[in-house]
Amino acid sequence: MYQISLTHYLILSSIIFTIGIFGVFLNRKNLIIILMSIELMLLAVNINFIAFSTHLNLILGQVFALFVLTVAAAEAAIGLAILVVFFRSRGSIAVEDANSMKG
Amino acid sequence: MLKLLVFLPLMGSILSGLFPKFLGKKGVIWVPTLFSFLSLFFSVILLAQAIGGEAYITHLCYWIKSEALTVSWSLRLDVLSAVMLFVVMLVSSLVHLYSIGYMDHDEHKARFFSYLSLFTFAMLMLVTSNNFLQLFFGWEGVGLCSYLLIGFWFKKQSANAAAIKAFIVNRVGDLGLILGICVIYKLTGSLDFNVVFDKTSSFLESNIHFFNLSIPYIELACFLLFIGAMGKSAQIGLHTWLADAMEGPTPVSALIHAATMVTAGVFLVARCSPLFEYAPIALNFVILVGAATSIFAACIAITQNDIKKIIAYSTCSQLGYMFFACGVSAYSAGMFHLMTHAFFKALLFLGAGSVIHALSDEQDIRKMGGLAKALPYTCAAMWIGSLALAGLPPFAGFFSKDIILEAAWGHHSTFGYIAFYLGLIAAFLTAFYSWKILFMVFHGKPRTDISSAHESPLYILIPLFILSIGAIISGWVGYSMVDTHHDFWLGSILILDSHQALVNAHHAPLLVKLSPIIVAVLGIYFAWLFYIRKVHLPKIYSEKYSKLYEISRNKFWFDEIYDFILTRQLKNIGNVFWTLGDIRIIDRFGPNGIAHLCSLVASKIKSFQSGYVYHYAFTMFFGLIILFSWQFLIYFGWL
Repeated sequence: MYQISLTHYLILSSIIFTIGIFGVFLNRKNLIIILMSIELMLLAVNINFIAFSTHLNLILGQVFALFVLTVAAAEAAIGLAILVVFFRSRGSIAVEDANSMKG
Repeated sequence: MLKLLVFLPLMGSILSGLFPKFLGKKGVIWVPTLFSFLSLFFSVILLAQAIGGEAYITHLCYWIKSEALTVSWSLRLDVLSAVMLFVVMLVSSLVHLYSIGYMDHDEHKARFFSYLSLFTFAMLMLVTSNNFLQLFFGWEGVGLCSYLLIGFWFKKQSANAAAIKAFIVNRVGDLGLILGICVIYKLTGSLDFNVVFDKTSSFLESNIHFFNLSIPYIELACFLLFIGAMGKSAQIGLHTWLADAMEGPTPVSALIHAATMVTAGVFLVARCSPLFEYAPIALNFVILVGAATSIFAACIAITQNDIKKIIAYSTCSQLGYMFFACGVSAYSAGMFHLMTHAFFKALLFLGAGSVIHALSDEQDIRKMGGLAKALPYTCAAMWIGSLALAGLPPFAGFFSKDIILEAAWGHHSTFGYIAFYLGLIAAFLTAFYSWKILFMVFHGKPRTDISSAHESPLYILIPLFILSIGAIISGWVGYSMVDTHHDFWLGSILILDSHQALVNAHHAPLLVKLSPIIVAVLGIYFAWLFYIRKVHLPKIYSEKYSKLYEISRNKFWFDEIYDFILTRQLKNIGNVFWTLGDIRIIDRFGPNGIAHLCSLVASKIKSFQSGYVYHYAFTMFFGLIILFSWQFLIYFGWL
């Protein structure tokens, strides 16, 4: 029987993290996707935490995972709120349009 | 008292220059004037004390105090400086008084009086200095004030140009003075007059080797000092600034460019007589330059038409007399002439100022004439001044010019005789142009409408009156200065026993003694002939000798030659440095280059700032990766 080991968890989390990163970089359409990608990356981190927590038999990792979840929820709320305001002022949430910082 | 004397004018200058509001309209005029009259009062007392044998040095404070050089601020009183103090203060205070009338309509009276007092202070520092450095301070101070006062009417373009010219030409002389001071310091290790003069005998034999020439140090030092004196005293070659300096207000011309500052060179030579006495070659050079200047400036003066310029060239010529007097070791005769000249030349300038004032700033004598009735007092003053200048007895100039010419004769050398004959011709010309002024301005028929001419106010007439008295009596009052039986100068002027020009002068034959008077009378007669009796004569002669006339009228083309040889070449060189060195190298690679580089780099970097969030995120991420990889590499020891 094939055993799911720590390595698998880590590979999974790095895959999710990479998807998140590429979601941030390659996405040209929608700012909401960026938020979702960030969420993905945080989840990858959570998986890492929990995997190590069980592997090392330490409860601390799970506590951190809970904290991260809380912060992620708050961040999502704030991010969405900003998006709403942004949409009201610009009439668009396309990534290409958000370039007023251009030098 | 000496301190008060010297620093009162400075106080007056500071007060009216910096606190005009505090003093009020009257205060800015009267405070400097009163201070200078107070100083005059002190200078009379000090002169009496100095002649009575008192001589001292007042130490004020140290200026430079080091291992190698100690220079202090100190005031020196001896007969030489006391005479100068008296002359400077008398003319200065009278000019202050005169300016009250003359500058009546000017808006910047506070500035004017401040400059006048500052000049007086600098001049006093010069004459009371006890070392070469303080002398140099005063020397530059009077140069600065001269610059400020020539350019007083700074709205006039010509006045600015003249001021700058005076300053720059003086720099040439000052360079000589600085070098001379350096040579003296190298020889004696001190700048103190007493120390330097005491040590003179110790370096008489030492020579400086320059290429293949071997020049005695003392000759070099004296020569360089004399270059400085030439610049300040407008001797031939460096005289070009003096005529242009007449752009300044007339009281300034009287004070600075006739009576005091320009005589600083003569004072310097007299002060350094213990050096010059041991430098026969330098002395001969002094004679030559002095004699050349006296005749040269007189030649120019006869064809000029601007009343102030004529008198300016006359000053130049009289300074030449003073110098060749110094050159023949008759320093006291030079100083004597300096004093009498201060009286009558200040008188002439102030008189000319009065005429100019009366005619609302007309300076061309061809447009004057017949003013004697309208300006009786001014006319009388000018007559007295001219009589004194021409050297007719019993006026002041007679005594001093006579003794100078006799001393030149008494030198019994080629240079002495040259100076004597050139001086005689110059005396003839002096009388001629002086009476040219008198006849053209005051006598004959009016050439323009002079009905509006009016006699000047009392402020102008009082100085004229006092100076007239000075021009009449200063000759025989001051005659003891050149008395060989009794040393008037009490050791402040050194004349070697072998230099007997002054003694010989008193034993000159009658013809030599009479010749200055004869040529002066001749000069007056010719002036009368030319400008009163047969007024068509000047025209005929100027056409007949048109070449000579042109030379004189164009001042020997000195300005043009300097312009061609020096000014233009310097400008070209400057242009090359400017376009090639400054613009194309320094600016290109310096400020402009750096600025250009900045904007170049910025424009490249700018493209990083795309404004897209994901670009920034990517950069951050990429940076993180590099950072981590680097850390890993270090951690695993692969780096």
